[in-house]
Amino acid sequence: MLAMNYRGPRRVRVDQKPYPEIKHPEDAIVRVTRSCICGSDLHLYNGNVPDTRVGSTFGHEFVGIIEEVGPAVEKVKVGDHVLVPFNVACGKCIFCQQGLFGNCHESNAQATAVGGIFGYSHTAGGYDGGQAEYVRVPYANFGPTIIPPDMDPDDAVLLTDVFPTGYQAAEMGGIQPGDTVVIFGAGPVGIMAAKSSWLFGAGRVIVIDEVNYRLEFVRDYAQCEVYNFREMDDPVVFIKKLTDWLGADVCIDAVGAEATGNALQTITGRKTLLQAGSATVLHWAINSVRKGGTVSVVGVYGPTDNLVPIGNVVNKGITLRANQTAVKRHLPKLIDHIQSGRVSPKAIITHRVPLEEIADAYHIFSEKLDNCIKTVLIPPSAGM
Amino acid sequence: MENLAAKYTHIKGWGIDADPSNDPTYPLKYHMPTEHDGYNWERPVQQSQDVEVLQSIERPSLPAVFGTSVAPQGLSGQIRRYAFKYSESHYGHWLPLLLADRVNMVEGLVDDLKQGHIPNIFAEKGWKAEWKYNPVGLVTKVATTVLITTAIFAFVTRKKDKR
Ligand SMILES: NC(=O)c1ccc[n+]([C@@H]2O[C@H](COP(=O)([O-])OP(=O)(O)OC[C@H]3O[C@@H](n4cnc5c(N)ncnc54)[C@H](O)[C@@H]3O)[C@@H](O)[C@H]2O)c1
Ligand SMILES: [Zn+2]
Ligand SMILES: [Zn+2]
Repeated sequence: MLAMNYRGPRRVRVDQKPYPEIKHPEDAIVRVTRSCICGSDLHLYNGNVPDTRVGSTFGHEFVGIIEEVGPAVEKVKVGDHVLVPFNVACGKCIFCQQGLFGNCHESNAQATAVGGIFGYSHTAGGYDGGQAEYVRVPYANFGPTIIPPDMDPDDAVLLTDVFPTGYQAAEMGGIQPGDTVVIFGAGPVGIMAAKSSWLFGAGRVIVIDEVNYRLEFVRDYAQCEVYNFREMDDPVVFIKKLTDWLGADVCIDAVGAEATGNALQTITGRKTLLQAGSATVLHWAINSVRKGGTVSVVGVYGPTDNLVPIGNVVNKGITLRANQTAVKRHLPKLIDHIQSGRVSPKAIITHRVPLEEIADAYHIFSEKLDNCIKTVLIPPSAGM
Repeated sequence: MENLAAKYTHIKGWGIDADPSNDPTYPLKYHMPTEHDGYNWERPVQQSQDVEVLQSIERPSLPAVFGTSVAPQGLSGQIRRYAFKYSESHYGHWLPLLLADRVNMVEGLVDDLKQGHIPNIFAEKGWKAEWKYNPVGLVTKVATTVLITTAIFAFVTRKKDKR
């Protein structure tokens, strides 16, 4: 079968790889019909996630058809078209029982700080991902969810990560009616966070990025205010001015380790890996939220340390909330938001690319060429 | 709460100010009667191990299910095994893993060549797309590389001339 093959920083290709095997009674094999490239994949692509082994296949956002099931699988059957949450979650451990599906304790041998994630390095469990024709899906009684018959697979694939993550970013902001929410990052996650903030009753939604085509897109798609941080002397002062000099009620980090905008952070966090990614956005968020405000972090950072103004978290009485998204917890609500026409996630898809052209697809997404926002890969065997 | 109170009668005022609504984890985390029971859930069936899997020393045993995508091998594998002697809280864990990733990249090139495959690095880096959508950027990149290489070459040969 064809699968993405990681060869080292910023080098990927598609190769023939063995068809995946059932390794556990609750496993399923899924024939992928759609698979996305995510901002999270860029941390792997850039070689910034420790224990990313050459020869592995990325991809944690995919939908597909059940091709084969292990003997203990009862909840899905061969032929079902399913969306697969990016978390590998057992549904039984104490964390899964608590709804913390991004923090499962029965899915990652290599690290306890993060649950298993498809196609996301050995630090996240060593699973092959869905940027392939077929993929092994463990805990098939728990994770995979049958796509409602009237739902477009393009909407469904954005329910495996991006829409739930934007939604959880807003949820963790604890947004109260009338609140001013500032979102850093106009990538797919920031866009969905902006859209979701209104669902929680925000009074004002402001998105900050440096890429104008993305800012223009989110301004229209999520009816929000947008600003380019390259046009500001100091983003913190800019936001203070914009919010009556008090700061935003809620700040959301939808950027993470790959942030630009501060030379010191970029050199130490992205070029030399002296810290676990550039913490520019954490810094801006902490310093531009109002006293007693909330900073919600879904941007991903590495497993070591970051330079953040923690003293200001104390002095300003900030509530800091963060997690890997518990995709499954959000699905019933978000499926309803799509079916009722409140939110159309597939509108953010700008590129549909055959799996075979993955190297170009990664480059385009990473370098923000050709007005790219979200890329969907279609394997030759997708059949649709 | 009542049963717990019985356990702490020796502490004056135990739990008197407890407030269940003071919960910053709402609605992310459901509270379970079993959450203080430790490592005691009904575990899924254990996946049998047919490849080498490195395990964090912060857990007592393998999880019920684990990934088997690429087993540690070669020099990078040796470095990874060494890294797993340290906890996730230690640079002794993460720095060797990053080093192993770089070594692994070279191993990957050697493997390709051994199999008679000369990797097309330009294609793998997506330069075709760069040429299509950002030709000026590509030309600048190539020019910069050529300039730097020439400068280094000039510097090295200048040193030789002095001797
Ligand atoms: N917590 C989770 O479960 C989860 C899930 C999915 C993605 N993520 C993370 O969310 C982040 C965003 O994902 P994405 O797919 O939207 O990525 P993306 O790379 O497409 O978007 C990031 C955007 O941030 C912008 N940016 C860079 N520096 C900035 C700065 N200083 N201020 C404002 N904007 C800045 C970039 O121009 C880009 O448009 C990534 O870190 C990703 O790993 C987390
Ligand atoms: Zn993702
Ligand atoms: Zn679990």
